[in-house]
Amino acid sequence: MPLIHIKDVVKTYDMGAELVHALAGVSLDIEANEYVAIMGPSGSGKSTLMNVIGCLDTPTSGLYDFEGENVGELDDNQLAEIRNKKIGFVFQTFNLLPRSTALHNVELPLIYAGFGTQQRKERAENVLSDVGLGDRMTHKPNELSGGQRQRVAIARALVNDPSIILADEPTGNLDSKTGIEIMQLFVELHRKGNTIILVTHEEEIAAHAHRVIRLFDGKIASDETVENPLVYEDR
Amino acid sequence: MFRFHDYKEGMRIALNAIGANKLRSVLTTLGIVIGIVVVTLMATVIEGLGTALDKSISSLGTDVYYLSKWDWFGGEWWKARNRKDITVRQAEQLRDRLKLAEAVVPVTNTWQRTMKYRNRSVKGNVNGTVPEYEITSGVVPGIGRFFNEYEANAGRPVCVIGFDVAKNLFEREDPIGKSIKIGSYNYRVIGVFEKEGDFLGTTMFSTDTQAFIPLENFLKVFGSNRSIDIHVKMHEGVDKEEAKEEMIGIFRSIRAVPPGEEHDFGVNTQDFLKEVFEGVVGTIGVVGFLITSLSLLVGGVGIMNIMFVSVKERTKEIGTRKALGAKSRTILLQFLIEAATICVIGGIIGLAVSFPLSLIINEVLPSSMPLWVVVLSLSISIAVGLISGIVPAYTAARMNPVDALRYE
Repeated sequence: MPLIHIKDVVKTYDMGAELVHALAGVSLDIEANEYVAIMGPSGSGKSTLMNVIGCLDTPTSGLYDFEGENVGELDDNQLAEIRNKKIGFVFQTFNLLPRSTALHNVELPLIYAGFGTQQRKERAENVLSDVGLGDRMTHKPNELSGGQRQRVAIARALVNDPSIILADEPTGNLDSKTGIEIMQLFVELHRKGNTIILVTHEEEIAAHAHRVIRLFDGKIASDETVENPLVYEDR
Repeated sequence: MFRFHDYKEGMRIALNAIGANKLRSVLTTLGIVIGIVVVTLMATVIEGLGTALDKSISSLGTDVYYLSKWDWFGGEWWKARNRKDITVRQAEQLRDRLKLAEAVVPVTNTWQRTMKYRNRSVKGNVNGTVPEYEITSGVVPGIGRFFNEYEANAGRPVCVIGFDVAKNLFEREDPIGKSIKIGSYNYRVIGVFEKEGDFLGTTMFSTDTQAFIPLENFLKVFGSNRSIDIHVKMHEGVDKEEAKEEMIGIFRSIRAVPPGEEHDFGVNTQDFLKEVFEGVVGTIGVVGFLITSLSLLVGGVGIMNIMFVSVKERTKEIGTRKALGAKSRTILLQFLIEAATICVIGGIIGLAVSFPLSLIINEVLPSSMPLWVVVLSLSISIAVGLISGIVPAYTAARMNPVDALRYE
C-alpha cells in the first residue's frame, strides 16, 4: 500500500463568476522514503496539490488515501491531527513565530500534540541539534540568519516524527549558497528514511529529488524518475 | 476538551501579543480600566450608602413610633396642614392610657438656633423633651447626664448638647457646668451626648449638632403654639402590631377622631423610613448599574475592535498554527484568553486606580471597598473579555488554513 494514494482528484474553486479547476483529475502514488519534486509554472495547480497532500484542503472530488485513510471523509479536527502528527511543513517564508525562541517554535507541534514540558524540551533540543542549531536554541528568529531560520522550520517539521515532509519552495527566500546547504539537509533527511515532497519551480532544486512530477493546467504532464539526483558529496 | 498546555500556550501568546503592541494594549485597556473604576466606585458608594443607612436608621432607636402631625413620607401635606396640632396634654393622656408602652415622650424642636459660649457660636436644632427621651432615642450622654424629672417639671434652664456642639463651643474645655446661650437665654450644660455620627452623610438629624432642654422650658422660651411629636417605645416582647393598633386606637380617641374617618395624625416608623431610603439607594444602584454597564460596553467594544485587528494581522500566524496541527478550538481559546487577559489587566489597573479614590469617598461617605467588589470587578473583566472576544476569536478559529497561509 502506497503512503499516498491519489486517484482522479479534482479541486474546483468557485471564483464568483467562473469555476476554476485548479486540479483537473490528478492521480499519483507516493511510497514511503521517496524524494519527490512537484514542479510546474504558476497556476499549474502545484500549490493546490500540495495543500491537498498536506491535508490543508480536501479535494472537491476524487480519492485521497493517506496511509490508507480516506482524507476526504475526515472533519477539521481529524485533519488538524493528521497535519500535526503525520505531516511536517516547511514554508518558503519560514513562518516562524517572531517573538518566540527557536526552541519554542520547534516545540509548537508538540504542544498541539499534548506532550509534557520535559518531553517537549528534550525532543525539540534533539531535533535542533540534528539540524545544526544546538547553540542557537534560545535565539529568536530575528537573531538568526535566513538559513538558520529555515533550519528551525525544518526542525519544527521533523519534531513530531512525521510520515512526510512537505516543503513549499524551501529555498525561495534564501541566497544560493544557503539554499544549497538547506538542500543538502533534505538529502540527509532522505537518507535517514524520511519521505520528502518538494514543491518548486527551480530545475536546480528539483534536481535533488529522485522523482519529478510536472503539472500543467491542473494535470500531470510528466512523472519521471531522476537517474542521477544531485548531491554535494565533496563538501 | 482543553488540556493545560492549551491554556499555558494561550497565556503565553496573549502576553506576547500584548507586549508586542504596548501602546495599543494600553489604549485598549483604558476603556476597561475606566469601566472597572466606575464599577468599583459605584459599588463602594452604594455599599457606603447602605452602611450609612443601616447605621443612621438604628441611631433613630429601634421599635419606636413617631406620632406627628405630619406623615414623614407619602400622605398629603395639604391635608396634614389642616390637622389640629398635637399637644403636650394629648401626649400625657396617651402616656397614661397606653400600658404597652415603655415610654411615651413628647418632643418638639426649633431649627437652626444659635448657641454661644464666650466668643464661639454654632447653629443647631434645639429640642424640648422629657427625661424619658433617653429611652426612646437610644443615645446616652457620654459625659454628664440627661436632665431629670425635677429639672424637667420645673423647666430648669439646663441643657444636654451634642458631641459636635460641645467640640465647637468648648474645644478642649470641660463643658459640664458651663453656661451657654441658646437664643437669648442662658443654659447650664449638664451633659454631652456620645458621638453619633452622621445620618446619610449629613449631621443635620444627628444629635451631634443639637441641644436638648426640658420641654417646659422650651415651650416658655420658644412658644407653646406648636405641634409636638410623640415618640412611643413599646415594652420588650409585646406584639408589635397589636401594640401599634392599640396606640392608634387610644390616640384616635384622645384626638376625638370619629370612627370611619382616617387618622388626623401621622404614624411614622423607622421601618418606613428605611424602606424609603432603601428605595432611594436601590434606585441609585439601578442607575449606577446602567451607567456602569454603558462604560463597560464601550470598553468591550474597544476590546472587540482590537481583537479583530489582532486576528487580522496575525492571519498568517493562525494559518501556520493550523498547519502545525492547532485545532479550531485551540485557536478560539488562544484569542479568548488574549481578550480576557487584556481585560483582567485592565481590571487590575482599574482596581489599583479606584482603591485610592475609594479612600477619598470614605472621607465623605464612610465606606470601604468591599472584597466582593474586587471579586465582582475581576469577574466582570473576564466576562467582558470573553464576550467581546468571542466573535473575533471565532473568526480566527474558522479561518481556512490555506487562505490564512497565503494571506500577506
